[in-house]
Amino acid sequence: MAVTEGVPVSEGIGRQVDYWLTVYRRTWKGTAISSFVAPLFYVVAMGVLLGGFIEVDPSELEGATSYLAFLVPGLVAAHAMQTAVGETTYPVMGMIKWQRVYESMLATPLAVRDVVFAHLVFVTARVASTCAVFMLVVAPFGVIETWWGAVLAFLSQILVGTAFGSLVYALTTRMSTPEGFGVLFRLGVFPMFLFSGAFFPVANLGEVGAWVARLTPLWQGVNLSRMFMLDNVDWAVAGINATVLIVLTLVGLRWSVTGLRKRLVS
Amino acid sequence: MIEARDLRKAFGDFEAVRGIDLAVRKGEAFGFLGPNGAGKSSTMRMIAAVSPVSGGELRILGRDPAKDGPAIRGRLGVCPQEDTLDTELNVFDNLFIYGRYFGIAAADVRERAQELLEFVQLTDKAKSKVEDLSGGMKRRLTIARSLINRPDLLLLDEPTTGLDPQARHLLWDKLFRLKQTGVTLVITTHYMDEAEQLCDRLVVMDKGVIVAEGSPAALIQEHSTREVTELRFGVVGEDETHASYAEKVAEQVTGLGERVEVLPDRLLVYGDDGDEVAAKVHERGLRPVAVLVRRSTLEDVFLHLTGRTLVD
Ligand SMILES: Nc1ncnc2c1ncn2[C@@H]1O[C@H](COP(=O)(O)OP(=O)(O)OP(=O)(O)O)[C@@H](O)[C@H]1O
Ligand SMILES: [Mg+2]
Repeated sequence: MAVTEGVPVSEGIGRQVDYWLTVYRRTWKGTAISSFVAPLFYVVAMGVLLGGFIEVDPSELEGATSYLAFLVPGLVAAHAMQTAVGETTYPVMGMIKWQRVYESMLATPLAVRDVVFAHLVFVTARVASTCAVFMLVVAPFGVIETWWGAVLAFLSQILVGTAFGSLVYALTTRMSTPEGFGVLFRLGVFPMFLFSGAFFPVANLGEVGAWVARLTPLWQGVNLSRMFMLDNVDWAVAGINATVLIVLTLVGLRWSVTGLRKRLVS
Repeated sequence: MIEARDLRKAFGDFEAVRGIDLAVRKGEAFGFLGPNGAGKSSTMRMIAAVSPVSGGELRILGRDPAKDGPAIRGRLGVCPQEDTLDTELNVFDNLFIYGRYFGIAAADVRERAQELLEFVQLTDKAKSKVEDLSGGMKRRLTIARSLINRPDLLLLDEPTTGLDPQARHLLWDKLFRLKQTGVTLVITTHYMDEAEQLCDRLVVMDKGVIVAEGSPAALIQEHSTREVTELRFGVVGEDETHASYAEKVAEQVTGLGERVEVLPDRLLVYGDDGDEVAAKVHERGLRPVAVLVRRSTLEDVFLHLTGRTLVD
């Protein structure tokens, strides 16, 4: 059976711009301060103060000349993950079952696909803006080698956001209560944050540990972001990293649409 | 506007709508009257093209909802049973944002939103938070929202449930005006007075099937008498309930009217002349503590058809 999804998806997303702008206007003040202050605290505490105690040969820091320069690209990538996860857990569940905003959207010509894509575009925009702020805050610390490297690193961070955003969105559509979020944070997000190479080279985890870390989606982003920022790019690895993140994003998108449809169209 | 043949809706093993036939014509106000769980909302959600049909055929505005859902929804106004207003947006923005989903230009939506706020008398609340509105105001806002795309067909699922009488009358007045402008209305309700006030034609639904169909007056004429005499008896013995006592009395009352219904708290005697029935009750030496003669309503139709009351 030919099912018309109504208007083209770009038009469907366009019709929700006013909604998401309103949401943004309501929330930007809170997020702007945290997305400015949090990176500054991290960079000063860990990069400058803690990093001051760390004297390592650049060859052991994946080519970084200081711990700060090593830390920043990974930290921004990890920050992208946290922002994306934060935006696709409670807020998505709220729109499904607490404020039931999706229900009113789906009573209009909008299709499930339009609703999911528009929300994830918003999440991506949030990730992009918070990472942009982060990068601007750290720029004066001399951690950026070339401008094009910084731009590519920024794009890698956005890819981290789209991959985690769409996958966690898909997960949330399949959860009936928020209890699972605790498990997700404690057993998924937090260990990845600590052990996916943002704070120390994954090689320090030993042979097996390093390979496990390299299988995580976050490491792909941390590695991409760092290679570009430090201008120390292995293009074959970069290709793999980017491909993994893109594939995860596409899979996540598909699961998100099927998940939300199963949940709300009954 | 709507045509259904053997329409069904199943949730897993449970069938909420079990084969109904419908035809709603342009410009009419059509009602679904039925008790809780009758399948009214399930039917409405299929008509709203948000819930897939499980069996049978359904065409809305001449289209198949499985194929043309978005196009159909673009021409519908929907007021769901539970308000889905965005409590984080103010009153005006609820209309504006919703209108934008239909692809209506921002300037036009703003204009329409103002007009609709005027229509539902919420202009001075435009900047208020939705949370601060009363139940009746929220309902009016939901109706205003459902009109933002100037729909051909307006679906109202229990528009006045939970409202006080004054708020209900205000809403009825709004709906009546809409009808005058030619909008086709489909209303579900479990209030017979609402069905009588608003609907040109209605179906009585029970347990997923249609048990009767017609105009309110025709249904009453067909399934009930003109008047009803309600008799309430004082409880007689220590452990005698009204029901068991009424059973006994019912025998004596039989023959006074065409039909007698025994409810937990009263007896209903159906006869065209209620006062005459009441007089005969006294002649027979029965002494009810209260006697009320009234006209038959759709409630009586429902009671007759299903043996149950609408609102329990
Ligand atoms: N999503 C669902 N999943 C499972 N069962 C459902 C679902 N929606 C409705 N039902 C069941 O279908 C039956 C009909 O429900 P429906 O909401 O259509 O009744 P209704 O006539 O609108 O009743 P009410 O007057 O209480 O609103 C009920 O028994 C209800 O429990
Ligand atoms: Mg209902």
